[in-house]
Amino acid sequence: MPSISDYVPIIGQSTIDELFLLAERLKGKAIQNINSTSVGGGVAEILTRMIPLLKQLGIDARWDVIKGNEKFFGITKNVHNALHGVNIQIPPEDLEYFLQVNNENAAEINFYGDILFIHDPQPIALIEKKKDIARKWIWRCHIDFTDPSPDIMNFLKLYIEKYDCAVFSAPAFSRDICIPQMLISPSIDPLSDKNKELPEETIRTILERFGIDKERPIVTQISRFDYLKDPLGVIEAYKKVKKYVDCQLVLAGGGATDDPEGLKVLEEAKSMASGDPDIHVIFLPPASDIEINALQRASTVVLQKSLKEGFGLTVAEALWKAKPVIASAVGGIPLQIAHGYSGILTYSIDGTAYYLKQLINEPEYAKKLGLNGKEHIKNNFLVTRHIQDYLLLFLSLYHEGDVIHL
Amino acid sequence: MNTPFHFHTQFHLVTLLGLKAKNSIELLDGIKKVPPSSIYYHTHRFLQQHHYLSPEPPNDFAYWLTNILNLKRLGEAFASVDTVSFANMEELRSDFIKILTEYISEGRYVAECQAGEEFHFMACKTFVLPMPYVAHNLREFAEILDKISIDSLYFHMFEAPRRLGRQENDFSMWFKSIGENELAKRVSGYDPYTMTLESLRQRTVGTVRRYAKY
Repeated sequence: MPSISDYVPIIGQSTIDELFLLAERLKGKAIQNINSTSVGGGVAEILTRMIPLLKQLGIDARWDVIKGNEKFFGITKNVHNALHGVNIQIPPEDLEYFLQVNNENAAEINFYGDILFIHDPQPIALIEKKKDIARKWIWRCHIDFTDPSPDIMNFLKLYIEKYDCAVFSAPAFSRDICIPQMLISPSIDPLSDKNKELPEETIRTILERFGIDKERPIVTQISRFDYLKDPLGVIEAYKKVKKYVDCQLVLAGGGATDDPEGLKVLEEAKSMASGDPDIHVIFLPPASDIEINALQRASTVVLQKSLKEGFGLTVAEALWKAKPVIASAVGGIPLQIAHGYSGILTYSIDGTAYYLKQLINEPEYAKKLGLNGKEHIKNNFLVTRHIQDYLLLFLSLYHEGDVIHL
Repeated sequence: MNTPFHFHTQFHLVTLLGLKAKNSIELLDGIKKVPPSSIYYHTHRFLQQHHYLSPEPPNDFAYWLTNILNLKRLGEAFASVDTVSFANMEELRSDFIKILTEYISEGRYVAECQAGEEFHFMACKTFVLPMPYVAHNLREFAEILDKISIDSLYFHMFEAPRRLGRQENDFSMWFKSIGENELAKRVSGYDPYTMTLESLRQRTVGTVRRYAKY
């Protein structure tokens, strides 16, 4: 694990000094994070990196995970999809079961935090405990809330409005709710295995292991196998490009323990890719961060053709490596890419194919997009900025007004 | 004995207001309704988020009108509002309302943005924090200014005069208090909205060094 001082060469000493000054104002407050999985997915990843850094700043930050069985996670996956606007009816008995599992967890969890920081919908009903124990409660929504199905939104609203505040990742996710709403973008860690610099030798070895040719253009999408990431649309875009430009496609990703749908999507992607040896569908086990890093660094162009996206951390990861990125204009992706300046935003498979041809054929333009993108990520989407926002969020619970003198 | 200068810094936590606009009429409604901290946020956000870029997009309203609604003339009118000449956010708000009202009263076609490209009104909570840096003379002042974070510079040059109701920027006020009136006047004369924060820092440090006694 890196030390907080390891970030000085990247963001400067003065920014680190300011984090310590803010953290001092939170002395004696325990921050208890609660989510539904300890591995896989963006939330677990951010918490894994952030908790140790918060501790180094002197913050008593800890992390607990709720328990749930396959049935519970099947229901929460449906809730997740419905929030992303997918037309799914969730029967009342499923919502009952969802609440029952939340109640069981609420009875078992030791609520030691002064601030209860609850992540995503899975543990949202733990808020019912507030009437017994008070404290400060924050609901952190990491998912795309642009167009939630009204039924599920109304159900969740009953719980969201009991929190002291809600946090969203993009302005479009803001809802008509009666509690304060904050905007905090997630972040990447430049020193993690997924993002740190890698020796050429490591990259070469990993490409060889997966049978990828380093000498020809490599187009990559890194993401969980999930319909909302549109891996099948990526293959279709690649096939349109392949008619004119020789290139390889890498679709690589793992699955989160709270996502039972992943294997089905993986099989469909494999079947669509069969017969083309230049399509590499790679299922990565957990702890494949070096592999992901190497695949991104080896790429000519990185895609993120999601249909819905909470934030799209893989975009920030690729931009941090100064890679040209073509991504859908959904969720938090437009916050990371200004079209034609720090990457390309697209709305369709055809659009993705068109720009992909352009970027492979115009490497100088592609390079410029990647360099601008890296600068933007450095200034706005690194973990140190994220930590600063969280410290301010915690402090905001104890201070009223627009201008607060600490 | 001169009063020393105590450096502060500031941070913003962005709040979402759950209010959006898809055309110039809704933008006007929103500008009328939102709290002053929202006007402040949308006219100052770019300074910090893109402080490495120059020239800067001047404010969120101008950016959205120009790049999303493609209303270039109106966007330019918003961009060229002389932010530095307004004493507070209410005066600035009135100017935006005047520009938009005039534009709408001309009865042109009301352009609407695509779904997903609406203007989302936001605001911010500002946290002000003392730093452990104190300058007793211009020499010390220049040394500290050279190394403090860009947020600290931002606080003294933008936040203090615009949101805390002070007459001018903190640096000039202190220069006057130690009898450096000419230096105060020079720094007050900058239009800090038309340069990057890093250029502003370098220019201020350079000017202060010329007046410092070594």
